[in-house]
Amino acid sequence: MKAYLSRRYHFSASHRLNSPAYAEQRNREVYGKCNNPHGHGHNYTVEVTVSGKVDPVTGMVCNLADLDAFAQKNLLERFDHTNLNELECFAYRVSTTENLSIEVHRIFADFPGAHLERVHIEETSNNSFDYAGGGPKLR
Amino acid sequence: MIFLTRKAEFSSAHFYWVDDWPEEENLKVFGKCANRNGHGHNYTVEVTVAGEVDPVSGFVVDLKQLKDILEHEVIRVYDHRHLNLEVPEFRANIPTTENIAIAIWNRLVDRIPNARLHRVRVYEMPDLFADFYGEQE
Repeated sequence: MKAYLSRRYHFSASHRLNSPAYAEQRNREVYGKCNNPHGHGHNYTVEVTVSGKVDPVTGMVCNLADLDAFAQKNLLERFDHTNLNELECFAYRVSTTENLSIEVHRIFADFPGAHLERVHIEETSNNSFDYAGGGPKLR
Repeated sequence: MIFLTRKAEFSSAHFYWVDDWPEEENLKVFGKCANRNGHGHNYTVEVTVAGEVDPVSGFVVDLKQLKDILEHEVIRVYDHRHLNLEVPEFRANIPTTENIAIAIWNRLVDRIPNARLHRVRVYEMPDLFADFYGEQE
């Protein structure tokens, strides 16, 4: 029996959308208020979906405590209450939620307890992004 | 093909325990879920059916009928019950969110007229849910 388990995590961070490839005026046109030089912030929600066979003894796809510990160490401790633009993963990439989804997918792909299916990130209650892998490797 | 989803809620008690394991192993694997006195959740189940829209009624499935089937087959059996002690499929299977999704699938799969059961999603809490699509492997 294959089942899918989804867990939601929350963190708060600031960022600024600004591409070094664009001139100042162009950045303002493309990113609008997200280009504010002082930055702004969001309460992000990350929904991680993993899949696998339900263990006939434990009834679990994976132990939730293991997934939570992995998320705490590799997601929340890294991103919560940070400025995303200061993080290494955004040194050469704009900190859009598309790029954040790809980075979070890269992180959870290493979770040893189950197969990663998808990462879904809500930047606000009106904006959300999904990444299920398969895109070009960013590094 | 249209997908239609109906939600329902039930509130139940459960605990996680493998009889063949010593107590310390149960506590190690299941943590606070292994409390033998049980604990509880407000569960939300989302049942998604797939089918063609009837050209006359405009329905994939009669919603009232779907609601009644869900009520009769699941909610009536699970709501305000202790899943381990009072629901037969959990005597031998731990009522994890994954197993609850599978059990609800099994209760509904042959009972929905004119539509195919596509997915059962069970929320144990807003930040944790399991999906089952009937995949055996």
